[in-house]
Amino acid sequence: MMLSVKDLNVYYGPIHAVKGVSFDVNQGEIVTLIGANGAGKSTILKTVSGLLKPKGGEVDFMDKKISGTAPHKIVELGIAHVPEGRRIFTKMTVEENLEMGAFTAPSASVEESKEQVFQRFPRLKERRKQTAGTLSGGEQQMLAMGRALMSKPSLMMLDEPSMGLAPILVEQVFDIIRELHEAGTTILLVEQNAQMALSIADRAYVLETGKISLSGTGRELAESESVRKAYLGG
Amino acid sequence: MIVLQQLINGLQLGSVYALIALGYSMVYGIILLLNFAHGDIIMVGGYIALLIISAGISPLVAVVASVAGCIVLACLIEKAAYTPLRSAPRISLLITAIGVSYFLENVAQLILGADPRVFPNTAVIPSVTYNVGGLNISLTTIVTLAVAVVSMAALTLLVQKTKMGKAMRAVSEDMGAAQMMGININRTITFTFAVGAALAGIGAILYCCRYPQVKPTTGYLLGLKAFVAAVLGGIGSIPGAMLGGLAIGVAEVVVTALGYSTWTDAVVFAILIVVLLVKPTGFMGASMNEKV
Ligand SMILES: Nc1ncnc2c1ncn2[C@@H]1O[C@H](COP(=O)(O)OP(=O)(O)OP(=O)(O)O)[C@@H](O)[C@H]1O
Ligand SMILES: [Mg+2]
Repeated sequence: MMLSVKDLNVYYGPIHAVKGVSFDVNQGEIVTLIGANGAGKSTILKTVSGLLKPKGGEVDFMDKKISGTAPHKIVELGIAHVPEGRRIFTKMTVEENLEMGAFTAPSASVEESKEQVFQRFPRLKERRKQTAGTLSGGEQQMLAMGRALMSKPSLMMLDEPSMGLAPILVEQVFDIIRELHEAGTTILLVEQNAQMALSIADRAYVLETGKISLSGTGRELAESESVRKAYLGG
Repeated sequence: MIVLQQLINGLQLGSVYALIALGYSMVYGIILLLNFAHGDIIMVGGYIALLIISAGISPLVAVVASVAGCIVLACLIEKAAYTPLRSAPRISLLITAIGVSYFLENVAQLILGADPRVFPNTAVIPSVTYNVGGLNISLTTIVTLAVAVVSMAALTLLVQKTKMGKAMRAVSEDMGAAQMMGININRTITFTFAVGAALAGIGAILYCCRYPQVKPTTGYLLGLKAFVAAVLGGIGSIPGAMLGGLAIGVAEVVVTALGYSTWTDAVVFAILIVVLLVKPTGFMGASMNEKV
C-alpha cells in the first residue's frame, strides 16, 4: 500500500472538519475523493502533505508514518500536492515557478526536468519568461501541474484541477492526468466534477461532512443510485 | 552648486536609511511583522564596533564582528521570540517585537550605561575631504555611497537569481504553497532575518561614521525613520525601501540646509502622511488586494 490514511481526525480550532476518515491508495492507482463543498476534501489533502496536523489517527506513506513530519520532508519522500485554486507564485516567472517545484531535487537535474515539463506543456515553454500571474486560467492550471511534476513525485495529489475551466480544458486536464498515470505516477484526485473523476478512477470514496459514506470502484460509484442523485445530477 | 552639495549629503544619509529600511521591508514581506527590534540591532552593531576598536583591535575586525553580531542577534531573536508565535495573531507578534526592542535598549543601558559614547569614526574611515569641482566630498560620503550601492546590488542579485532568494519570494507570496514545493519555511524566514540584519550591521557602521556616537537609544529614532522609509517606498518592496530611504535622507538634509534643522523629524513624518494619503501603498507597494 502506498498511502494509507487511518482514522484521521482534523480540527480547525473547535471545528471538527475530518471525522475518522480511513482510506488507502495503492501504487499505480487513480483514487478519487468526491464530495460536496465543505466535506473536508482539501483538509484531507493538506493533512497528507503536512500542512495541517491531525488530532487523531495517522497517515502512512510507503509503510512509514508521515503525519507529524514537516511538509518539506514529505515532498522529499515523493508526494506532490497541486492545491485547490492552483496557488502558483503569480509574481514570479513561469520558469521560476517550475524551479520552486524542484526545490528538493538536486540542482543538476533541474534543467532536464524543466525540459520534460515543457515537452508536456509546450504552452509553458513559450511563456517561460512571463510573470505567472499574467497566464490564463488554463495555463495557470498547467503550470500548477508542471510545477508539481518537477519534484518527480511517486504520488501526485490534485485538488479540483478542473475548477473554473471551460469544458475543453477540463478534457485536457483529465487527459494529462491519464498520461501521468500511464507514465507511472500514482494519483489521488479530489474533484467536484464527479462524473469525470469517476470515469478515470480505479477506486473512489465519497466524503460527506467529514466522513466517508461510500466507497467502491469508479464504475460502481458512477452507477450507484445515491451518488447519481447527489453528485451526477440524477 | 549648493543644491548639488546638499543632494550628495542627502544621498549619503539616505543610503544608510535605505540599508536599514530593507530589513524592515523584507521581514514584513515574508511574515507580515513590523519588526520594531530592527532599529535596536543597529545600536548593538554600533556598540560592538565601538568596543572592539576601543580595545585597540583592527577596525576591519570590528566591522566584520559587528555585522556578524547583528546577524547572530537577529537570528536569536527570531528563534526565541517570533518563531513560537508563528500561528499566533499578528498583534501578538507586533507587541513582542516592541517588547524585544525595549529589552535590548534596557540591557544595553544596564551594561554600558545611558551616556552616549564617542564612536571612533576616523579609525574606520579616515577624515579626508576632496574638493571636486567646487564640491566638498568626504571620504566617508564616498565610502558610504559605494558600500550602499554594492550591498543593494548584491541583495538584488541574491533575491532575483539565487535559489534561496527565489525561495524568499515564494514564501512571501504564499507560505502554504511554498511548503508544498518542499521549501523549508523556517530556514527561509531565518535567512531573511539574517540578510536584513547584515544590511543593518553595515548601515550601523556607516551611520556611526557620520554621527559618531552610540547610546542605548541610538536605534530608536533611526529605526523609526528607516521604518518610515520602508512604508513610504511600499512595505514589502525591496526597490521601494531603497527609494524610500533615499527620499527621506534627501528631505532631511534639504530641510536642515534651509535652516529648519529642528523641523527635520516633523518633515519626515509629514511626508509619510502626505504620501500615504495620496498613495496608501507607498511608492512601489503592491495594491492592497494583491498582498494577502
Ligand atoms: N482555515 C479554516 N478555518 C476554519 N475552518 C475551516 C478552514 N478551512 C476549512 N474549514 C472548514 O472545514 C470544513 C472542510 O473544508 P474543506 O476545505 O476541507 O472542504 P472541501 O471538501 O475541500 O470543500 P470545497 O469543495 O468547497 O473545496 C468546512 O466546513 C470548512 O468551513
Ligand atoms: Mg476544497
